[in-house]
Amino acid sequence: MYGEGRAICVGRDMDTDRIIAGRYLRTKDRNLWAAHVFEDLDPTLARRLSGTVVIAGSNMGCGSSREQAAIALKASGVVGVIAPSFARIFFRNAINIGLPLVECPISCREGAWVRFNLEEGWAEVDGERCTARPLSPRMLEILKAGGLVAYWRNQR
Amino acid sequence: MATLSERILGGPAGTYVDVSVDRAFAHDGTGVLAREAWCEMGCQGVRNPEGTYIFFDHIAPANNGTTATLQAELRSFAKARGLHFSDVGGGICHQLMAEGIVLPGEVVVGADSHTCTLGAFGAFATGVGATDMAAIWASGGTWLRVPETIAIRLTGDLRGAAEPKDLALAYVRDLGMDGANYRALEFIGDGVNGIPMSGRLTCSNMAVEAGAKAGLFYADNETIRYLAGYGLSAAPQVREDCTCVEELDIGLSDLPPLIASGHRVDKVQEVAALAGTPIDQVFVGTCTNGRIDDLERLARILRGKGVRVRTIVVPASRRTLQEATRKGVVDTLLSAGCVVGVPGCGPCLGAHMGVLGEGEVCLSTANRNFTNRMGVGGEILLSSVATAGVSALRGEVTVPEAADVR
Repeated sequence: MYGEGRAICVGRDMDTDRIIAGRYLRTKDRNLWAAHVFEDLDPTLARRLSGTVVIAGSNMGCGSSREQAAIALKASGVVGVIAPSFARIFFRNAINIGLPLVECPISCREGAWVRFNLEEGWAEVDGERCTARPLSPRMLEILKAGGLVAYWRNQR
Repeated sequence: MATLSERILGGPAGTYVDVSVDRAFAHDGTGVLAREAWCEMGCQGVRNPEGTYIFFDHIAPANNGTTATLQAELRSFAKARGLHFSDVGGGICHQLMAEGIVLPGEVVVGADSHTCTLGAFGAFATGVGATDMAAIWASGGTWLRVPETIAIRLTGDLRGAAEPKDLALAYVRDLGMDGANYRALEFIGDGVNGIPMSGRLTCSNMAVEAGAKAGLFYADNETIRYLAGYGLSAAPQVREDCTCVEELDIGLSDLPPLIASGHRVDKVQEVAALAGTPIDQVFVGTCTNGRIDDLERLARILRGKGVRVRTIVVPASRRTLQEATRKGVVDTLLSAGCVVGVPGCGPCLGAHMGVLGEGEVCLSTANRNFTNRMGVGGEILLSSVATAGVSALRGEVTVPEAADVR
């Protein structure tokens, strides 16, 4: 799985309340989540996310199990998320909804060109490469299928 | 020799296992998306309806028409599929699972991050998201990576006004918000013996605040005594000599009342450091501290006195509220000027019933103080019930003393 885009940098311990606030959860409207993603961090961020790769600090997606956090990022057009570590529920959720995650400690420069390849296990910021922790074969398959729903349907 | 997680999941740490799930649950927050994913998977039935539960607790009763409509869909689904269902006012999912459902040794998966609460029974209990839950409904199982374990060795007994919540804040401080990411916690040592089931639930509840996948106590006499109260029997779990990646020692005897601030659960100091900080609201409740022991403790502090800031008390379950009513706790709290809310999550996630205004400070017995969680521009301080109670009486952060909780 290959992805590329401009870097958006966010900090460490980015909790899912800050990715999508509790006040926006009572809906099934993905576009609404996309419109309010990261609102409490920076209200202008949502409209700049399309085609970007989010590079976060450690413990990305900690806190609530709300899958809307991963969905909001994907719906806003984020190509993938890179972080030195992810909170485990966010990690599973992202894979399950088909949002590529790359676990590697790479330093972020806002607007830099980012590329990643999950099968080969690397990410690059402006050509500077970092080795990623490999996904389990099953997680990679789920991601390649586009998420757990599609993976499930393919298996049957 | 294996850790409790390794024994229950049936594999060594670091391996991936497929497990069948004994108990699976979701709530009104996560169940809606899970149902949608389940339908997209082909709506092929629920494999184990006897072990599947839906609880309405997050925004219950509904706060507006949109919420009500989403809840109606999920309610119909639960009934049509023959799932265990608890409607509005029944209480918080984790508390209800702790009222005579979860048993030692079970694999429990909940579509909520605080599912780790149920590790207090010696079950492997962990949280997932909505799509994982949909797959569990459809298949009856899931995959898990068997976690490495951090042992938290407790010695001595809590003294003065300190309570299990202070222990929870202490280990989150020591481990940090991601110090236990991908790992399980095991609470061990002689100090465990003196912690009642309610306090163990509080300790296990906050495991996820250090990133942990689960937080387990070995089933012992206290577990057996508690379950017997629900007509259930269980055997003790004896700890084997096993390999833990880290061990943390916490002495309970000299643990002071603690408080988390600065929008970080791991930014924990002694309450004394923030004494005198003005507060606008006190909230006592949640899956961390909304049980009968907590409400009784609060009533002991407030009896015959009056709160100086709005104080919202939300019992964790209907049974809790009934018991509190029978024991006169509710009357004491109302007489002291508290608001007693509908059993459920209350304002913890900032959706309703006690949301903060810009610049307001809430002293809460919940488990999270993330930026804006209870309202945009609001600040949350996390503490024990005793600290919340004495602070409510003064209208400012106050250190509880042993005499306050007698």
